Amino acid sequence: MNMHFDIKTDTLDLALLEAIQDGLPLTSKPFAVIAKQLLITEDEIISRFERLQNAGIIKRFGLVLQHRPLGFRANAMVVWDVPDEEVNAAAERITAHDFVTLCYCRARRAPVWQYNLYCMIHGRERQIVEGQIAELKRSADLIRYPTTTLFSTRRFKQTGARFSSSTKRMKSAP
Amino acid sequence: MDLSPFEKELINGWQKGFPLVPQPYAQIASEMNVEEVQVISTLASLRQRGILSRVGAVVTPNSVGASSLVAMSVPEAELEQIAEIVCAEPSVNHNYERENDLNLWFVVTAADGDDLDRILARIENNTGYKTIKLQLEKAFHIDLGFSI
Repeated sequence: MNMHFDIKTDTLDLALLEAIQDGLPLTSKPFAVIAKQLLITEDEIISRFERLQNAGIIKRFGLVLQHRPLGFRANAMVVWDVPDEEVNAAAERITAHDFVTLCYCRARRAPVWQYNLYCMIHGRERQIVEGQIAELKRSADLIRYPTTTLFSTRRFKQTGARFSSSTKRMKSAP
Repeated sequence: MDLSPFEKELINGWQKGFPLVPQPYAQIASEMNVEEVQVISTLASLRQRGILSRVGAVVTPNSVGASSLVAMSVPEAELEQIAEIVCAEPSVNHNYERENDLNLWFVVTAADGDDLDRILARIENNTGYKTIKLQLEKAFHIDLGFSI
């Protein structure tokens, strides 16, 4: 299932990602703080983050924002059932639109879920997002595919990804 | 929510390309012609106001560990309670109600595929409802931040 990357990650890389999953410390020398926790040097931490970023494992490093407090309250997930051989071309037409935040292909789960192509659109107002979806369907030539739109109505949780093993974590819990 | 011009500049300028140097906030400050303390205190304030989730790394899905989008169909009356059980799993990092028969949508990130399946089994066990695992096959376009 894992995609192919040019470098191998080890447990220290995972420990690094885990150490910052709640955020890099907001202090003058944040990498030194993590270095102290993990008993390695600041230089090694910085060079490992650089390596992970250059390899594309870290897609971006920087401010991670919450959409809702910034007024992006209309969050739509639009899904289509596209024949497998047409997915790449359809995705290319979808991602040509600036207002599309994310675009994925995922496994179908028939009979409960027939859809395989997903895109996310975040906007300030539902009406505007609905207009963008209509435009997307037309201009990306998607009208012929079965589709549905799922706006999010409530957010229960939004945090960074966590990579430690759940069993390991349970064992370490008090 | 009102943002100062400096906050907007910080948000629009630093969602990627964070300086990987010993004193990153000082470098941001020098590029923005302010003092380091202003960068740090503004980030702390954005975080405290719930605008900034964190300063950190956005990891390409499935490049390390195993993750999946998961959907559940839960009766409306029980949704809040079920969502709370799901959120209690540390491996769950997004959890939304959406308008569909499948009305609860979340992302689980685990150490590997077996770990992921164990977490889903635990969620099914704790909630009494089935989980639908919708695993990624290909990412065409992923979160690159946004401008305000």
